[in-house]
Amino acid sequence: MTTSSETLAAPRARRRKLPTELSILLVLAGIALTFELLGWIFIGQSFLMNQQRLTIMILQVSVVGIIAVGVTQVIITGGIDLSSGSVVGMTAMIAASFAQSADWARPVYPALVGLPVVIPLVIGLAIGTLAGIINGSLISYTKIPPFIATLGMMVSARGVAKWYTKGQPVSGLTPDFTFIGMGIWPVVIFLGVALIFHIALRYTRYGKFTYAIGANPQAARVSGINIEKHLIKVYAIAGMLAGLAGLVTAARAQTAQAGMGVMYELDAIAAAVIGGTSLAGGQGRITGTVIGTIILGTMTSGFTFLRVDAYYQEIIKGMIIVAAVVTDQYRQRKRKKV
Amino acid sequence: MVSPQTMRAVRESGAVPNASLLLEISNARKEFPGVVALDDVSLKLRRGTVHALMGENGAGKSTLMKIIAGIYTPDSGEVKLRGVNIQLKSPLDALENGIAMIHQELNLMPYMSVAENIWIRREPLTRLGFVDHGELNRRTAALFAKLNIDIDPEVQVSTLSVASRQMVEIAKAVSYESDVLIMDEPTSALTETEVAHLFSIIRDLRSQGKGIIYITHKMNELFEIADEFSVFRDGRYIGTHASTDVTRDDIIRMMVGREITQMFPKEEVPIGDVVLSVKDLALKGVFSDISFDVRAGEILGIAGLVGSGRSNVAETIFGVSPATSGTIAINGKPVTIGSPTVAIQHGMAFITEDRKETGCLLALDIQENMQLAVLQDGYTRFGFVTQGELSRTCEEMSQKLRVKTPSLDERVENLSGGNQQKVLIGRWLLTNPKILILDEPTRGIDVGAKAEIHKLVSQLARQGVAVIMISSELPEVLGMSDRIMVMHHGRATGFLDRAEADQVKIMDLAAR
Ligand SMILES: Nc1ncnc2c1ncn2[C@@H]1O[C@H](COP(=O)(O)OP(=O)(O)OP(=O)(O)O)[C@@H](O)[C@H]1O
Ligand SMILES: [Mg+2]
Repeated sequence: MTTSSETLAAPRARRRKLPTELSILLVLAGIALTFELLGWIFIGQSFLMNQQRLTIMILQVSVVGIIAVGVTQVIITGGIDLSSGSVVGMTAMIAASFAQSADWARPVYPALVGLPVVIPLVIGLAIGTLAGIINGSLISYTKIPPFIATLGMMVSARGVAKWYTKGQPVSGLTPDFTFIGMGIWPVVIFLGVALIFHIALRYTRYGKFTYAIGANPQAARVSGINIEKHLIKVYAIAGMLAGLAGLVTAARAQTAQAGMGVMYELDAIAAAVIGGTSLAGGQGRITGTVIGTIILGTMTSGFTFLRVDAYYQEIIKGMIIVAAVVTDQYRQRKRKKV
Repeated sequence: MVSPQTMRAVRESGAVPNASLLLEISNARKEFPGVVALDDVSLKLRRGTVHALMGENGAGKSTLMKIIAGIYTPDSGEVKLRGVNIQLKSPLDALENGIAMIHQELNLMPYMSVAENIWIRREPLTRLGFVDHGELNRRTAALFAKLNIDIDPEVQVSTLSVASRQMVEIAKAVSYESDVLIMDEPTSALTETEVAHLFSIIRDLRSQGKGIIYITHKMNELFEIADEFSVFRDGRYIGTHASTDVTRDDIIRMMVGREITQMFPKEEVPIGDVVLSVKDLALKGVFSDISFDVRAGEILGIAGLVGSGRSNVAETIFGVSPATSGTIAINGKPVTIGSPTVAIQHGMAFITEDRKETGCLLALDIQENMQLAVLQDGYTRFGFVTQGELSRTCEEMSQKLRVKTPSLDERVENLSGGNQQKVLIGRWLLTNPKILILDEPTRGIDVGAKAEIHKLVSQLARQGVAVIMISSELPEVLGMSDRIMVMHHGRATGFLDRAEADQVKIMDLAAR
């Protein structure tokens, strides 16, 4: 049951609401401080006062973060994208095959080696976008649920990734290409993408439509919004970002493998949801997703730091994800009541 | 046939004279699987008039309006806008051609601000193409000032009451500055004050030469605001008349095709023991000091303006938002009602005010909706649902309530608004409640069915059910209640007995 629809008239005085991100930020701070404390107790070291660790931590989640920026938008429309992890693998393979250097012994296309770096980059983004357009068109025009459409893409795109070189990795990438995965670049790309879409969601019509469709598709329709077209746009953007994540992954590893990006879609969805994006649609913010991504990274990094066994890590991670969402739901319900 | 684009170009060039017939529909037909919603229907809307549409639930009024608003395409027939044939393919087409519609069901985006809702797709942009939020709020404030609406443009729609949301919808429709404005039961969620407010807005629009199509089930509104009206019955057009030419009974006859003798078939029944006793009930920040008894066979009406806390009291009694202090006793025994499940176990039934949000399961069929409450503890044998028996019961109930549908397998989404309401009423009547709480039970229900529902409520009272009925329709409260509690700002301002109650006294207490 929802709360009363006939509540007393809201007070006229403007109440500046605390941003939703604040509570997520507090969760992050809580987790980080817990690790700090446990660090001193069990290891005798500081968790936070180690710049290298923090850099590695955020580097590790950047790829998931890039995907999560797209997935957040999809979830805001009331949909879901399960295909992003596979799209990472597919774009990594295909783009890498156009980024091989001339001195590599067994290139995929011997005639196409040493190409300028824009070619693999554009190809990667285009393939991701195409996958997104297919997702969006299926959802818009055949009316199948996003879950099914993107599940299909998840399986097929992984298939393409494996079929492309019959399972062989693609290596010998040009330094120009691997550059985007070097040093701090993945983080810059992640935060840059996050900033762009934060602005797009909050300050452009594209954003308003995205929220409107998720909050009440019928209302959006009668307001004259072309829902079909807009959904295709949103899924295309999510696909493009998954493609971008594929490029970064291949560049960072200096090689592409068909198994890249497995389960990334779930991490991205988790990051969005931890960050306050509602799976029911209509609500969510990129800033929350960025914090959600960092929470995921902090957990991985913290457990490694505490030398927790990898199996336990996953078990605890799963519980924390659920706990974060439960807390958030509870908090929202409380806020709604007053 | 002229495309909307050409139409628009022509209109902008100023070439088309302002034909006095704004809109003309001829021989429209629309069929849904199993139902002919419209059959050979015609309608003429003149400039500067308010044209009411009347007809029973499921008569096809909303369907016709959705054709005009570009949501449905008719199977046959034509639409002429300002004398030119036109084919509308989408809501956008209609909006761009100067046709705006307020839908029967609220259509707002709950998590967006009032201003964002109103200007969606038409947001003012800065030079860089970003949405100009300052200007957005300024425009909304200006619009509200013009319409005399007192709502903060920046608040989230989800925090507004149903009535305020309806006012937002009205403002949104007006903001399109369209020539044709369709209002599908705009007052069903409003109380008298807001209705008066809406009417002054409508009069203003009329004097600007706009054409307004106004759907309502309330007779008094028809005489107050409409210049002419058309009646529909079972998807067919019955006739158009000036509203000064007819009496209430004439209209009912046209609508129903039969006489309705008694509007409020209230029965005098023996009043029994106290069933529900509420003492000093309070929900912090919402209402306080609510005390009343309801006896078996008694109908307690609750009147008050929207926002007076009437629905909150009902929700608290039913356990939706448990009380922060005070006591509730059933048959003399104090009980704690922490959730609706507990309330149902104590024999309560609650028909909520907002059928879309807290009532219907839109994607499920009629039977699935109706059987929902009774399945809690009935109609099962060895853990299996006794489907045959249940189907028969639901079938009987839907006939009793005259739900207009080809079969019980129809999705509730496809029913007309009034028929959805009947399904909900059926759901709770099946549970044989001891305490029945009705929140705006006849919202959006046609005269015939309304009398039917009132009769049912009276019969239940005769069987010893204690009834609480919240209603914004004063004749309904006055006609049906044994006693009336009037609320204002979260407090009970007075109780009136059936004999002494009248409209003036209620309004007086409600505004105190
Ligand atoms: N999308 C749909 N699919 C199937 N049947 C439909 C659909 N929309 C409407 N109907 C049917 O068409 C008929 C006319 O419905 P409509 O909503 O136009 O009635 P109405 O006159 O507006 O009634 P009310 O006063 O209850 O709002 C009803 O029998 C309804 O069940
Ligand atoms: Mg209707």
